[in-house]
Amino acid sequence: MFAELLQYLFAGLTSGAIYALAGLGFAIIYNSSHVINFAQGEFIMIGGMSTAMMVAAGVPLPVASLLAVLVTMLVGVALEKFAIEPARNADVTTIIIITIGASIFLRGLAQIVWDKEFHSLPAFSGETPLNVGGATLMPQSIWVVGVAVVVIVALWWFFNRTLFGKAMLATSFNRLAAQLMGIGVKKVLMVSFALSALLGAVGGIVVTPITFTNYEAGIMLGLKGFSAAVLGGLGNGMGAIVGGLAVGIAEALASGYLSSAYKDAVAFVIILFVLFFLPNGLFGKKGTDRV
Amino acid sequence: MWKTARIGGLGALALILVLAPLGFPNAYFYDIAVKALFNAVVCIGLNLLIGYGGQISLGHAGFFALGAYGSAILTVTYKLPALPAMLLSALGVGVLAYLIGRPILRLKGHYLAMATLGIGIIIHIVLKTESGLTGGPDGMGVDPFSVMGFTMMGDRMWYWAAAALLVLAVWLSLNLIDSPVGRALRAVHGSEVGAEVVGVDTSSYKVMVFVVSAVFASLIGSLFAHKDGFITPDIGSFFRSVEFVVMVVLGGMASTFGSVVGAIILTLLPQVLTVVEDYEAMVFGGIMMGTMIFLPKGLLPSLVAGLRKRGGAAQ
Repeated sequence: MFAELLQYLFAGLTSGAIYALAGLGFAIIYNSSHVINFAQGEFIMIGGMSTAMMVAAGVPLPVASLLAVLVTMLVGVALEKFAIEPARNADVTTIIIITIGASIFLRGLAQIVWDKEFHSLPAFSGETPLNVGGATLMPQSIWVVGVAVVVIVALWWFFNRTLFGKAMLATSFNRLAAQLMGIGVKKVLMVSFALSALLGAVGGIVVTPITFTNYEAGIMLGLKGFSAAVLGGLGNGMGAIVGGLAVGIAEALASGYLSSAYKDAVAFVIILFVLFFLPNGLFGKKGTDRV
Repeated sequence: MWKTARIGGLGALALILVLAPLGFPNAYFYDIAVKALFNAVVCIGLNLLIGYGGQISLGHAGFFALGAYGSAILTVTYKLPALPAMLLSALGVGVLAYLIGRPILRLKGHYLAMATLGIGIIIHIVLKTESGLTGGPDGMGVDPFSVMGFTMMGDRMWYWAAAALLVLAVWLSLNLIDSPVGRALRAVHGSEVGAEVVGVDTSSYKVMVFVVSAVFASLIGSLFAHKDGFITPDIGSFFRSVEFVVMVVLGGMASTFGSVVGAIILTLLPQVLTVVEDYEAMVFGGIMMGTMIFLPKGLLPSLVAGLRKRGGAAQ
C-alpha cells in the first residue's frame, strides 16, 4: 500500500523534474520577451536525440552530452535570431504560430538529419534497482532529479548573484527601464533562448535512458512544460518548478490509481481546473489592463 | 458602398466556385476541393473568434472531431437519420462550448491559449481511449449522408454542396460582422476594458462568438464524417487545431475572404509538398514561420494594402 504510493511518487518526481525544467525554459523566455516558445519541447528532443546518436557512433557519454547541449543552445540562438527577433512587434497569435512553425521545422529537420526510429541511451550508472521502503527506485531516476536540482540551483545563482543574471531579471520587470539603464536588451533575449535550450537539452539527455526518444518526443513534453509554467503562473520561476512537479506527481498517481490511458490528459484537466478559479495560475501576478 | 462591395465579393466568390471545376486536373481533385471548402467554412467561424473577437483558440479541431464522432455514433450505433444526428451533435457542441466558454474566456492571451489547447487535447484523448464508443485509434466507419431518401454520393455532388455552404457561411459572417454584434466584437478586440466602460457586455459577446465558431466546426465535422466515410481521432489532434488557426492568420485576420483564401492554400499545400517528400515537414514549418514574419497581417490584407499603395502612387 505505502510501497505502491512511494513507487508512484518516484515515477512522478522523475517526470515532474523534466516538466519543471521545460516549464522553467518557458518562464525564462517569457520573462525576457513575452513569447511562449512552443519549440521548447524540441529542445528536449534535440538534446536527447543528438546525445543518443553520438553515443551510438562511439562518442563517450560525457563528451556527447556536452556537445549535444552546445548544439541545442545554438539551435535556440538561431531560433531567436532568425524567427523571433524579426517579428518583435507582432501580436500574440502571430508569434505563437511562428514558434509552432519552428517546432514543426525542427521536427522535420530531425527526421532528415537522424531518422524516425526510437533511440535510447544506456543508464548512466547501471540498471540495478534500489529498494527504498519496499518500492524500487531506478538509479537513473536519481540522476534525473539530481541533475534537475543542480541545474535549478545554478540558475538561481545566475539570476541572483551575477551581474548579467540580474540584468535579465531587470529586463523582465521593466524592459524599457532596463534598456535606459544601459542593459543590452537584445543580448538578454538571445541569452534567454540559449538558457532555455540548455535546460531542455539537459532534461532530454537525462530522461532518454528511461523514456527513449524520437523526433516527435518533444511534442507532449513541451506541452506539459507549458502547462507547468502556466500552472505556476507565467514568468514565475518557482511557480514553474512547483507546477512541473505537481503535474508529474498527479500524472503518476492518476495513471496508477485511475487509468493509465488518461495519463496524458491529467495535466490539462488540472490546468483547466486551476485556471477556472485562478486565471493567473497559482503564483501569477494579477495583471491590469491599460486602456 | 459597403453593401455593394459585399454583394460584389459574394458574387465573385460564387463565380470562382462555379468556374473552378473547369481547372481541376482530375476527378481526385474534387476530393481535395471539398476538403478545402469544408476547412474554409470552419475558418470563417474561427475568424469571427480570432479576427474579430481577438480571442485565440488552439482547440477547435476538438469541436470538429466531436461533431464528426457525434454524427458517426448517432447514425451508426443509434440508427438516427443523418440530419437530426448532425443537428443534435451541433447542439451538444454548442452547449459544451457555452459551458466551458464562460469560465475560460475570462482568461487572457497565453492563458486562454493554454486552456483551449487543453480542451482540444482532452477531447482528442477521450476519443482515442473510449474505444467502446468511438472504435479507438483505429477509427470508425460512417454511412453516407442521406436526407429523406436522397443520398449524397460522390465527390462532385459534395463539391456543389460544400460550395453552396461556403457562400452561405460567407454571407452569414459578413452580415454578422456588419451587425451591432460585429461592432461590439471589434470594440472588444480593440480594447476590452474600453468596450466594457462604454457599456458593451464583453463576456457575453465573447462567449457567443466562441459558441458560434464551435458550432460551425461541429457541423462541418459531421459533414466531413459522412463524406469521408471513415474517421479517426486524429481529426481532433492538436496539430489540426493549429492548422485551423494558421489558415485564419495566414489568410488575414479579421478578413472573411482572407480565411477562405488561407484555408484553400493550406489545404492544397500538403498536396504540392508531396513533391519534396521527406522535406515536407521542414518546408511546411518554414512557410509558416516565413509568412508570419514577413506578412504578419496575412496574405489578403497585405495584398490589398500593396495594391492600394500602388494605386495611390500612380495617381
